[in-house]
Amino acid sequence: MSYPLFFVLAALSIISAAGVVLTRHPVRSAMCLVVTLFLLAVVFVFLDADFVAALQVVVYAGAILVVFLFVIMLLNLERDEPETHSQRRTFTGLTVTCLLALALLYLLRQSGTVLPGPGMNTAVPPGFGSIEAVGLRLFTHYLLQFEITGLLMLAGVIGAVVLAKRKVS
Amino acid sequence: MVPTTYYIGLSTILFTIGTMGVLLRRNAIVMFLSIELMLNAANLAFVAFARQLASIDGQVIVFFVMTVAAAEAAVGLAIIIAVFRHRRTINTDELRLLRW
Amino acid sequence: MVEPLWLILSAAAIKALIVTLMVLQLAGSLGWVERKASALIQDRIGANRAGIFGFTGLGLVNTLMADPLKFLTKEDVIPGNVDHLFHTLAPCIHLFPALVTFAVIPFGDVLLIGDYTINLQVAPLNIGILFVLAMVSLGVYGVVLGGWASNNRWSLLGGIRGSAQMISYELAMGLAVVAMIMTYGTLDLQQMARAQGGMILGFIPDWGICYQPIAFLIFLCAGIAESKRVPFDLPESESELVSGFFTEYSGTKHLMFFMTDFVEVIIVAGLITTLFFGGWQVPYLARDGFHFPGGATLLLPNLVVAILQIVAFSVKLLFFCWLQIMIRWTLPRFRYDQLMRLGWITLLPLGFLNAIATAVVILAWAQH
Repeated sequence: MSYPLFFVLAALSIISAAGVVLTRHPVRSAMCLVVTLFLLAVVFVFLDADFVAALQVVVYAGAILVVFLFVIMLLNLERDEPETHSQRRTFTGLTVTCLLALALLYLLRQSGTVLPGPGMNTAVPPGFGSIEAVGLRLFTHYLLQFEITGLLMLAGVIGAVVLAKRKVS
Repeated sequence: MVPTTYYIGLSTILFTIGTMGVLLRRNAIVMFLSIELMLNAANLAFVAFARQLASIDGQVIVFFVMTVAAAEAAVGLAIIIAVFRHRRTINTDELRLLRW
Repeated sequence: MVEPLWLILSAAAIKALIVTLMVLQLAGSLGWVERKASALIQDRIGANRAGIFGFTGLGLVNTLMADPLKFLTKEDVIPGNVDHLFHTLAPCIHLFPALVTFAVIPFGDVLLIGDYTINLQVAPLNIGILFVLAMVSLGVYGVVLGGWASNNRWSLLGGIRGSAQMISYELAMGLAVVAMIMTYGTLDLQQMARAQGGMILGFIPDWGICYQPIAFLIFLCAGIAESKRVPFDLPESESELVSGFFTEYSGTKHLMFFMTDFVEVIIVAGLITTLFFGGWQVPYLARDGFHFPGGATLLLPNLVVAILQIVAFSVKLLFFCWLQIMIRWTLPRFRYDQLMRLGWITLLPLGFLNAIATAVVILAWAQH
């Protein structure tokens, strides 16, 4: 991926991510996150991760965020009132965030420019990132984790139904 | 080709924006959306490193992260619905009492 | 040989342009077919008032010229207190994924121009069918935002019901597609179409439906439910919810929602054709001409072969569009709980059993 394209995608995703956090209306927040996820899927395609990009759109943007949108609409959430929180809390939150950002960027700087592995400039083996490659790895090396994830999803489904069900009294 | 550090930098910035959302916003659903944003920033880091190391394991881990995020979103939203039914608000400032 | 960049880009642009224009034109024509077919079924005449100097053309002038003109020139009525951004965006979000899906549906084999080979598919993605599922998932947003942005309780209800229906039937559709992926071992629709070229026993075409009849039925049901057509059209039931989630849209926005309905009909027809009925395959036609079983061959230039394949694809596509329109005007509407029950309790387990049976048969065949 060329530098201008990367910077355009990065700028757009940062703007929409900021939109998630700064918008007052929850529906606009959720739609900004959809845009961010879609842009990240585009970045994934450029990183030779076709299957993961398709999965991101189908599962994350197409299912999880639809559930978010359902809940926002069913709860009939309006624009958030201007927050009456204390200025001290805002200041604390912003300070913590800035410290975190600085710490992470410092770590990034210190990590050096030589990372292990073939690198971004080397071509990947053909079929890298395709569904066959991911599936093969998933069902051979990560089979146990896959099955446990299945159990986790079952627990999630049962939990969601039990919690959201209206108690018949 | 764009070096890996640039992708990790983008992941860092998105993660930081997500953290800001969790710390500053008081609407439970927007906090949840910020958490999803943080998870996606981690996904981006995984995919970038998968490409750097030419190892498919990074993408498999992204698969698992998405699955776990889905399960967590389902349960979390069910909790929010249950809380809303009782307290009629999801402003975390007002959800302070453990028992009514 | 590797094609030069200018050829790849210009070929892709021309293919995309042709496919988009043909699909939009076909969507309009399907509106006419719907009105006339419904009129014939219901023993009435249908739309025949608009005409040019008395020439009504069986209602073509009415549906293809007068109606779009009427929609485009109507006043755009926006109810008060709506979110203007989403009220304008919702029709666009609804139409965009529907049109983009055609990028992976192949309408021919290859076109040989000079030394270059042009694949007659707009975007040869290696995740072809997953792209279709992704776009179907994105289409849900148009419905749910359209219903919500109308500031109307009944539109919201129609929107939520519609999107719940769509995400339920996405699963059944995905399972039917999984069975086809297992049968052909590829996600790319062009390779699936190419694999359906031979003949079984010499005279039965080697199409997908011979291997996966149950998947075909599941896909047909799920596809009709995805596009919210009758008998699954409770979200926009015309006799109950006026227009359901797009009640509050007028003029061009209404036209976009309405057109998406027909574009989705064409998508479902195109996918059924490609997955289960050989796509652009003509019996006995190979890349260089006809090869009949007796040994007789009829060699044809590549352009004629390509045109024959495109015509075959169009004929099959039009048949399935017509089939969906016939189904619409024959069956009564499902109640919402019947609809959900069909999606979750009937089609989903059937899809799972079909996928497991396919896997067992493939493994047994491989051992054989």
